[in-house]
Amino acid sequence: MALLQISEPGQSAAPHQHRIAAGIDLGTTNSLVASIRSGLAETLPDIEGHHLLPSIVHYAKDEPAIVGNAAKQFANTDPLNTIASVKRLMGRGLKDVKTTGTRLPYDFIENEGQGMPMIRTAAGDKSPVQVSADILNALKKRAEETLDGELSGVVITVPAYFDDAQRQATKDAATLAGLNVLRLLNEPTAAAVAYGLDKGAEGIYAIYDLGGGTFDISILRLHHGIFEVMATAGNSALGGDDIDRSIAQWIMQEANIADDAEHHHIRQLLDVARTAKETLTTQDIAPIQLEGHIKWQGELTHAQLNQLIDPLIHKTITPCRRAMHDAGLTVEHIKEIVMVGGATRMPRVREKVGDFFKRSPHTDIDPDKVVAIGAAIQADILAGNKPDDEMLLLDVIPLSLGLETMGGLSEKIIPRNTTIPVAKAQEFTTFKDGQTAMLLHIVQGERELVLDCRSLARFELRGIPKMVSGSARIRVTFQVDADGLLSVSATEETTGVHSEIIVKPSYGLQDGDIERMLKDSLEHAKYDIAARTLREQQVEADSVINALRAAIQADGHYLLKHQEFLKINAALNDLLKIKEGTDVKAIKKAIEHLDNLTQSYAERRMDSAIHRAVKGQHVDEL
Amino acid sequence: MNHFEVFNLPVSFEIDTDNLAQRYRDLQRVVHPDKYVNAPDRERRLAMQKAVQVNEAFQILKNPLNRGLYILQLQGIDTNDNSAMDSEFLIEQMDLREELADLREKTQPFNALSNFINRLEKNKTFLIDILSQQFAQKEYQLALESTKKFQFFKRLHEEALSLEEDFF
Repeated sequence: MALLQISEPGQSAAPHQHRIAAGIDLGTTNSLVASIRSGLAETLPDIEGHHLLPSIVHYAKDEPAIVGNAAKQFANTDPLNTIASVKRLMGRGLKDVKTTGTRLPYDFIENEGQGMPMIRTAAGDKSPVQVSADILNALKKRAEETLDGELSGVVITVPAYFDDAQRQATKDAATLAGLNVLRLLNEPTAAAVAYGLDKGAEGIYAIYDLGGGTFDISILRLHHGIFEVMATAGNSALGGDDIDRSIAQWIMQEANIADDAEHHHIRQLLDVARTAKETLTTQDIAPIQLEGHIKWQGELTHAQLNQLIDPLIHKTITPCRRAMHDAGLTVEHIKEIVMVGGATRMPRVREKVGDFFKRSPHTDIDPDKVVAIGAAIQADILAGNKPDDEMLLLDVIPLSLGLETMGGLSEKIIPRNTTIPVAKAQEFTTFKDGQTAMLLHIVQGERELVLDCRSLARFELRGIPKMVSGSARIRVTFQVDADGLLSVSATEETTGVHSEIIVKPSYGLQDGDIERMLKDSLEHAKYDIAARTLREQQVEADSVINALRAAIQADGHYLLKHQEFLKINAALNDLLKIKEGTDVKAIKKAIEHLDNLTQSYAERRMDSAIHRAVKGQHVDEL
Repeated sequence: MNHFEVFNLPVSFEIDTDNLAQRYRDLQRVVHPDKYVNAPDRERRLAMQKAVQVNEAFQILKNPLNRGLYILQLQGIDTNDNSAMDSEFLIEQMDLREELADLREKTQPFNALSNFINRLEKNKTFLIDILSQQFAQKEYQLALESTKKFQFFKRLHEEALSLEEDFF
C-alpha cells in the first residue's frame, strides 16, 4: 500500500478500508489504551468509566487472571499472587532485579541467573512477559469491545531508555497476547506527538517523563510534522515507585518497624506512602495513620518530603544534562518543557526541573494520558488510515551497542543517540593461528568494561578457514530497525561463511518459548491456525495487488518497458485467480513470483521518488 | 553513491547545515520504514536500506569532523594513518590533560571546569575555520593534520563533559 504515498493525489486506485488500530501505554503503575474515534484521539474507559487500568494482575488456582482494579483489591490480602510493577522486571535477570535495590514482594524462583526471573503463583510459575501479556490482553479486550471489531494493529510505548532486552520482552508480551505490533514507540516521543499536534508546536522541546518506574528525558526538534529526536537519556529503574518507597522507609524508621517486615506490611506501607505523597500535591501536611498490626500516627510535611525526594529528583537532572550535551544544545535553545508521567504532578519535581531548564515546565496536558494518545495517533497512521499525513517520527537508540573485544573491553559499533534505522559494519580478525571459530558477544551500554554493560547475546561464527592469526576478515553488521530492535550478522569475508542472529535478550525468551506459551494458552488453542494463515496470505496478496496497480497507474508509463509490463500483468492476473482459492502455498508462491518480477521496477520507483525529494520538488510540480 | 550525492550536493567542506537538514527531512518522508508498514516485504526491505543510507550520510555530513574525514577518504587519503604528530601540539595536549586532572581535586571545580570547557569550544570553532580554509585550498595533508588535532580536542571535550556530569 505504501506505493500509494508516492503516487499523485486523487489517483490512489485502491479503495482503503478503515483499519482498527490502537495505542497502548503499558506502564509500571497504570496502563491505558487509546484510539482515534470520529477523528479524535482519546483514551478508552472500561464499563465503569475508568481510563487507567492499574498494571496489577492477580492469579488464583484454576481461574483466569484478574487484571486492574479488581486485582488491586488482593494486593494486601494475597500479595504473593498479586503482581504489580512487573515492567521493572521486563528483560531483566533476577540478579539485576536484586541489585537495582528494588524490593519487590514476590516469591521468585531461584534459577541461578539463567533466563528470566519466574514468579511462583497459585496459577503456576509466571514470567514477567506472561504477566505483561495478561495486562495487554485486558486492554485488547477493552479496545475490541469499545471499538466493536478486531484490532488490526497496535503501537505499544516503551521508555526511551529501554535497552534491547527490555524492548524485545515487551514485543514478546504483545505476541503472546495475540497483538500485531505496528511499532514500539518511545514514550517521550509519543507524548511529543500528542502535545505537538495539539499545540501546532515548532522548535526544540524537552520531554521530561517520570513514570511509576522509569525516567526518560528526550530532546526533540519539531518541524512541519517531523518529530526528530535529537538526544535521549534516562534511567530505566527510577520512578514514582522509588518515591513511595523512600517515604515508606521513613515511616518505618519513625514507627520503629523492622526492615524485614512481612510482604503484606510492606505493601500496606507503600499504599500509605503513596496516599501521603498525593495528599501533599494539594495540601500542606499529610496525616499518616497506621492501623491493624502496627499502630502509629504521624504526619508528613513538605519539608520532610523534599528532604526524602531531592536525591531522587537530582538523579533525573544528570540525564537531562547528558541529553543536552549529546544534542549539542544549551537550555536557552529549549522552547518548552513538557511534563509526562504521574510523578511530575509533584510540585517539587516541577520546581527542580524548572530550575534546571530556567523556565517553568508545561503542565496543561494530562500527564497520565498523553503517551497513550500519541501512540494512538501513530497507530492510526501506520495502519494506513491517513495516507496523506505528513507526520513522521525520527527516533534514536538510547544506549551504545558494542562488541566484546580482547581484555573484556566493549568496542562501540553504534553510538547512543544515532537515528534509527541504522546499520553499521565493522571488521575483526582472528588472534590465533588456525583459529576456526569466533565467539561474538554483543553488549549495550556506555561503559568501557563489558562487565559494566548489559549483555544482549552471544553467538558463534564457525567454519572460518585455517589461516595465520590476523589474516581472516570477519565483518560484523549491526542493524537496528525502526522499533529499536537489533539484529546482527557476521561474515568471514575471504570465504563468505555467514552467520546471522536476531538478538534475543540474554534474560529473555528462547526461540520456541513463545510458540510453546501460545500453545499453552487456552484461547489460542481454540483458534483455527489454518484459517488464520490463509487469511493472512490473502490480505498480503491484496496488499501486493493494490500497491502494484496504484504504482502502474502513477508511473508505469515511463518506468516500465512494454515486455516487462506484459509479464507483470500476467503474473498479477494469476495471483488474482489463485488468491480466491484456499491453497496457502500456491498464494505464497504467486506473491513471490510477482515480487521477483517487480523488484527492479520497485527500485526504479524508489530512486525516482528519492530523486524528486532531493530536487525539492513535489510530485504535483512535475 | 557517496554521502554528498545522497543529498544531491557537491563534495565540499562548506555546507549549509539548515539546507542539509531540510534535504534530510525531505528524503526521510520518502524512504522512512514507517511509510511502508503495510507494503510488501521487498519494498519494506528496500525502504529500510535507503533509510539506513540516508541516516548514515546525514550523520557524517552534519558533523564537521566526520565530514572532513570523509572528504579526505574520498580523496584516497588514509585517515587512520598513525604518523607522528607535531610535538608542540602533543605537549599542549598533555598540559591540558593535566589541567583537567587537577580540576578533579579542586573543592569548587564547577566554574573552573566551565571555563575549561569554554576554552575547548573556542578551540573547536577555530579548528573548523582552519579546516574550511585548508579544504578550500585543497591542502589535504594539512587538513589531515587538523582532523587529527580535532580528534584530540574532541576526546578531551568528552572527558570534560563527563567530569561535569560527575560533579553535578
